[in-house]
Amino acid sequence: MNPSLSLNIVDDIRQLTTFPFMVNALEAGTIVAVLAALTGWYTVLRRQAFAGHTLSVMAFPGATGAALAGIPIAFGYYIACGAAALAMRRAGRGRTASRSAETAAIGTIQATGLAIGYLFLSLNHQVLGGPETLLFGTFLGISRGQVLALLAIGAGALIVLAFAARPLLLATLDRELARASGLPVRALDLAFLLILAAAVATTSQITGALLVFALLVAPPAAAQKLTVRPLPSLALSVVFALLVVWLGLGVAYFSPYPVGFWTTTFAFGLYVLAAGYSRVRG
Amino acid sequence: MFSHEFIRNAYLAGTFVALACGTIGWLVVLRAQVFAGDALSHVAFVGAIGAAVLGLDVRVGLFALTIIVALGMAALGRRGQADDTVIGIVFAWILGIGVLLITLLATGPHAGNGVAATNTLFGSIFDLGSGQALVAALIGLAVSLAVVVAFRPLVLSTLDSELAVLRGVRVRVLGAGFLVALAIVTAESTQAVGALLLLGLIAAPAGAAHRLTGRPYAGLALSAAIAVAAVWGGIALSYAIPSLPPSSAIIALAAGAYALVAVVTRARGTG
Repeated sequence: MNPSLSLNIVDDIRQLTTFPFMVNALEAGTIVAVLAALTGWYTVLRRQAFAGHTLSVMAFPGATGAALAGIPIAFGYYIACGAAALAMRRAGRGRTASRSAETAAIGTIQATGLAIGYLFLSLNHQVLGGPETLLFGTFLGISRGQVLALLAIGAGALIVLAFAARPLLLATLDRELARASGLPVRALDLAFLLILAAAVATTSQITGALLVFALLVAPPAAAQKLTVRPLPSLALSVVFALLVVWLGLGVAYFSPYPVGFWTTTFAFGLYVLAAGYSRVRG
Repeated sequence: MFSHEFIRNAYLAGTFVALACGTIGWLVVLRAQVFAGDALSHVAFVGAIGAAVLGLDVRVGLFALTIIVALGMAALGRRGQADDTVIGIVFAWILGIGVLLITLLATGPHAGNGVAATNTLFGSIFDLGSGQALVAALIGLAVSLAVVVAFRPLVLSTLDSELAVLRGVRVRVLGAGFLVALAIVTAESTQAVGALLLLGLIAAPAGAAHRLTGRPYAGLALSAAIAVAAVWGGIALSYAIPSLPPSSAIIALAAGAYALVAVVTRARGTG
């Protein structure tokens, strides 16, 4: 059957859900959209986009290392992301808690991770399942088991985030006040980096390492442009991320162009609209 | 070792690319713009693919797109600096366009050029021809000189932009010029030595130098020296151990220097 778009929306949706691979893609996309939007909301607020990007790039040493050791690729993702989060914590806010020292540390960690990935690749001698898949994702080859694994890990990360949500918000907005009221600020920093690592490792399995930002940063940034109140802003962020994934998958199904192009384009458009609206409104 | 031409080319290009990365890197770290440099190196890749789709020389795409994006970053942010969130959103979209271009390239009339584009991502310092090495060395030298010439106003505008404005420094123009210089280094090094090497040489030696000294000129010299030493040592190591890729060896040395400095300064209580 050749996909063809008609004016009948019900018929279009029936076409979209005819094939199991599309159903799996929509379910996986929904899971990672919710996870990335909620984690990303804090990432944007804490100005840790560079840390998020560095964690997503750890997919490369993770995948090559897993191939070398003969363990499932997904394990490699989580191990590499977790290790990078721990390294960032140690290297980041030391006594030189300045922004420039932090970016230098994160950049060094990213380059080191990539260098280790290249080493693994050259030791392994076998071609990795297409570097482009690793970088730009494969929405359309997702199995039933993968969807269930994503659901379990996503739910786990979100439960931890829910417990830390209020103290984390306070520690982000006013570090001194949080410390004065007895919150373990440094432990919260580390906890958030680990949640972010889990979210990014999960999301990048679906979107690819380089396109994580379409879900992690653009929807929360757009939501924060529209409202500063935490709960509505978080909800809006989830709605935006779902919109990006569903529209991206839906349009890609009916067009010859790839999912990654459509999701990033919708995410970018959404942010531009939100930024424009907030500027016009003042 | 120096009887091989590819080693001589690697040393020629590597020395000056390292010099440029070390000097500009010191300012990149001071201005907390490492993420901007990282984003530019990914954008360079998309530029290369775009040029291949249009049937142009890969270098045209590399330089054109990185410089345009650098100017865009300068225009979007205050003081000629864009913030991380905006950089992240813009570069994710450009990479999304890159995915589209890869699809177009696979089906388009210039399909053969895809190989050249993919090499950009995994460029190697050992694969340089003597002409390429010379161009890389000249661009590296030119950028290093430009950074040294504009060093005082750049440091001043970073540390105290009000004072810089009072002294007649055009902060926005300077910030944009700085990003363009970074874009040129990025475009050249991405093609010659690979994007990976670039990020490591910008962040690690400069980060180490900033931890060791707060004095600008000493820090600049130290950063350049660490970068050049990492490249020299890395190439030699990689020659001695054939299974070790040169990029990995160079980054390992640079990151090792950074880690060592971090441990020492923390132990002394000065870090």
